[in-house]
Amino acid sequence: MKRLLPLFSRLASTLGLLLAVVVLNFLLIQMAPGDPVSVIVGEMGGASEELIARMRAEYGLDQPLHVQLGVYVWKILHGDFGFSYYFKEPVLSLILQRLPATILLVVTALAVAVLVGTLLGIFSARRPRGPLNYLVTLVSLAGYSAPVFWTGLMLVILFSSILPLFPVSGMADVRGAETFLGGVADVAHHLVLPAVTLASIYIAIYSRLSRATMLDVLGADYIRTARAKGLSERRVVYGHALRNALIPVVTMVGLQFGQLFAGAVLVETVFNWPGLGRLAFESILRRDYPTLLGILFFSAILVVVANILTDIAYGLVDPRIRTRKPAAARKPKVTGAPR
Amino acid sequence: MLNRLKQFTLAAAVALALGATALGGAGAKAAPEDGGTLVVGTTQVPRHFNGAIQSGQATALASTQIFASPLRYDANWNPQPYLAKSWEVAADGLSVTLHLVEGATFHDGQPITSEDVKFSIMTIKKNHPFTTMLAPVTDVETPDPQTAVIKLAHPHPALLLAMSPALMPILPEHVYGQGDIQSNPANLKPVGSGPFVFEEYKQGEYYKLKKNPNFFIKGRPYLDEVIVQIIGDPTSMVLSMRRGDLDLVPYVSAVRDIQMLQKTEGLTVSDKGSDGFGALNWLAFNTKKPPFDNPDVRRAIGYAIDKKFILDRLLGGVAQRAYGPIVPSSPLATDQVEHYDLDLAKAKELLDKAGLKPGADGVRLKMTADYIPGFTDQGRNIVEYLRTQLRQVGIEVEVRNSPDFPTWAQRISNYDFDVTEDNVYNWGDPVIGVNRTYVSSNIRKGVIWSNTQQYSNPDVDRILEQAGQEMDPAKRAALYAEFQKIVVDDAPILYLNVTPFNTVYKSNLKNPPLTIWGAASPMDEVYWDKK
Repeated sequence: MKRLLPLFSRLASTLGLLLAVVVLNFLLIQMAPGDPVSVIVGEMGGASEELIARMRAEYGLDQPLHVQLGVYVWKILHGDFGFSYYFKEPVLSLILQRLPATILLVVTALAVAVLVGTLLGIFSARRPRGPLNYLVTLVSLAGYSAPVFWTGLMLVILFSSILPLFPVSGMADVRGAETFLGGVADVAHHLVLPAVTLASIYIAIYSRLSRATMLDVLGADYIRTARAKGLSERRVVYGHALRNALIPVVTMVGLQFGQLFAGAVLVETVFNWPGLGRLAFESILRRDYPTLLGILFFSAILVVVANILTDIAYGLVDPRIRTRKPAAARKPKVTGAPR
Repeated sequence: MLNRLKQFTLAAAVALALGATALGGAGAKAAPEDGGTLVVGTTQVPRHFNGAIQSGQATALASTQIFASPLRYDANWNPQPYLAKSWEVAADGLSVTLHLVEGATFHDGQPITSEDVKFSIMTIKKNHPFTTMLAPVTDVETPDPQTAVIKLAHPHPALLLAMSPALMPILPEHVYGQGDIQSNPANLKPVGSGPFVFEEYKQGEYYKLKKNPNFFIKGRPYLDEVIVQIIGDPTSMVLSMRRGDLDLVPYVSAVRDIQMLQKTEGLTVSDKGSDGFGALNWLAFNTKKPPFDNPDVRRAIGYAIDKKFILDRLLGGVAQRAYGPIVPSSPLATDQVEHYDLDLAKAKELLDKAGLKPGADGVRLKMTADYIPGFTDQGRNIVEYLRTQLRQVGIEVEVRNSPDFPTWAQRISNYDFDVTEDNVYNWGDPVIGVNRTYVSSNIRKGVIWSNTQQYSNPDVDRILEQAGQEMDPAKRAALYAEFQKIVVDDAPILYLNVTPFNTVYKSNLKNPPLTIWGAASPMDEVYWDKK
């Protein structure tokens, strides 16, 4: 029972958080001028007053705001995400259609960023004054400071337009692939540029982070012991030091999972990647409240799940942290939000 | 021009051999070849595919491939037989009789009868956003399965353009007649009788249409498959077109994109294929707000603007000048109106006359200028130009940006503006898309693209009502000429340019869609030259 209590309190605070996400976002989007009907009418090239009134009534937009909010929350509590005003499809099915693409993009980008970032960090930590160190610093800073959409467009111009190596946009060739394997290869081919673009910010963060902790760890007593035992430098670095150097990186990954989604909005828009990020962005422009709220609700759940997974990952990296959260001192003071 | 208009009154069937090309100007040389896929690029996401209850280019592009319509149009505004092999307008103008082709079927094999035509017309009348299109229709009689008689309360020449593929898809009643049509699942899985059959829609990515083997025009379509790829970002779309990933992109209007594509090997860029939409770009005044309630102030601003600079420099020479409310290619358009050629002296004189004298700082008047967000060449750049240009006549302009379309639409439709750039479509016949901007009965607060100028002129109201019912083409054109002259003189709106919608396609694509509706018309004659 004692072990379950933290779990319960965590669950309760999570539910409260999710409710706050819904209510706050509902009010935020309502503050934007215009409503979904004005967007739909705009795309139709105009409509009569009667039709506009009929559509507003159909969507319940003629009700006072608190009634609309009440209805929405009541439905959410019953697991009903409602219908998209724009597509007239259930929001849940829209989200489920788009979710796989986003998860594929985000997870790939994260894997690329952790792998490349950590390796770069280790390389530059082993020769902190070497030329490679300066090169890594330069490249990672450039990736970190350039706006994501600009990086994306530059990559497209370089690797799709000037050197036609990768497709411009989309997730797969619309003409379709002959075989299943061909289809997988096609998606992978389309995935390269967007994943690298999204990873570019985080490569910088993880390489700086792992470099700093690696330098710390390499000066520690147990490393000196390991070296004194006559272990090869490789064994020392990758066997003894890396484990501890990874802890802050894992922390960051957990913290930044939500930001990755924010970055995905931009990347998906630039690369026409059919994921949730682009749908969210388009839903804002269309004032498609149910779709947007549904996506935000879903993202919030994903971030919560990611945090739980982070805690589990700590346990794998460092058995001492299985029962408690990492000490605040361990938390690096680096944050990076995609701009 | 008059010959072209005679069609409107011909009480005899125009029986064109169906094999003849309906694409005016595109003389077929060799026999068209069958087969191949056409990949079309668009930035617009269709809400669904049922053009009977949803207007706009995004839906029309799909709807016109999937559904057939009574008539179709060539590149010169001439009606052509389609699902109606012939039609007659009664001498009194109070009924139009359609004779349907025999043996035509929907994609599910059911025959097309006059009952389906009746159902479709009544559905459109009740649900379509353009209420003036079929407003005078009182009933559709069905004396036999091949004949439909459309009954009218008064003569309604606009009906002929309203029977275009983009505006009158014929729906199968047995599919769309059950329950509320707005939420019918067949809107997203459409069943029609057009040249292409709906195959699949990956929401926000693409939709696929495949050849209809039982299309009622024998031997067509030539293409096996049409795939429409939705690309949210216009820059990516142009890059894809240049790489050859796309075969056809309709309605390209950004100046730099047009110029870039013109320079691309193997592509053809045509400015045809959108006359039916007739998208005009203009500056509209809030004519109820002083000092813009004074026509002289509006005219003064007209004389202060250098249209030539806008067309040549801001629009790179790719757009055509618009002199009035009707798109220049329309048989009803005239350019015999005031052109407001650049004349700064006259502008100052008119401002003086209106009592707007320069203050100590030389400023006569401060005003705001809005534009539709996302319109760069035709919107933002033009109002920025206004800011510098109008300084010369002592008018200080503040450019107001709107973050997105609904924001702008709310401002304009609630009369919270001085002047705005606006982009409004003719939609073929003036009764469908022009009247709404000028008639005083359409001043409706909160409704975008109603008469948001709050312009009110009893003469214009009267002329437009008459012209909408005038069966004699010459008299009708004369009435519209008078209307155009009055409105341009009153200057509630300063006309700038026709939106340069270009159709871009690979040069070995034959019979490209260049009629007045462009790609929003059946592409049954398009084929690949495989040589």
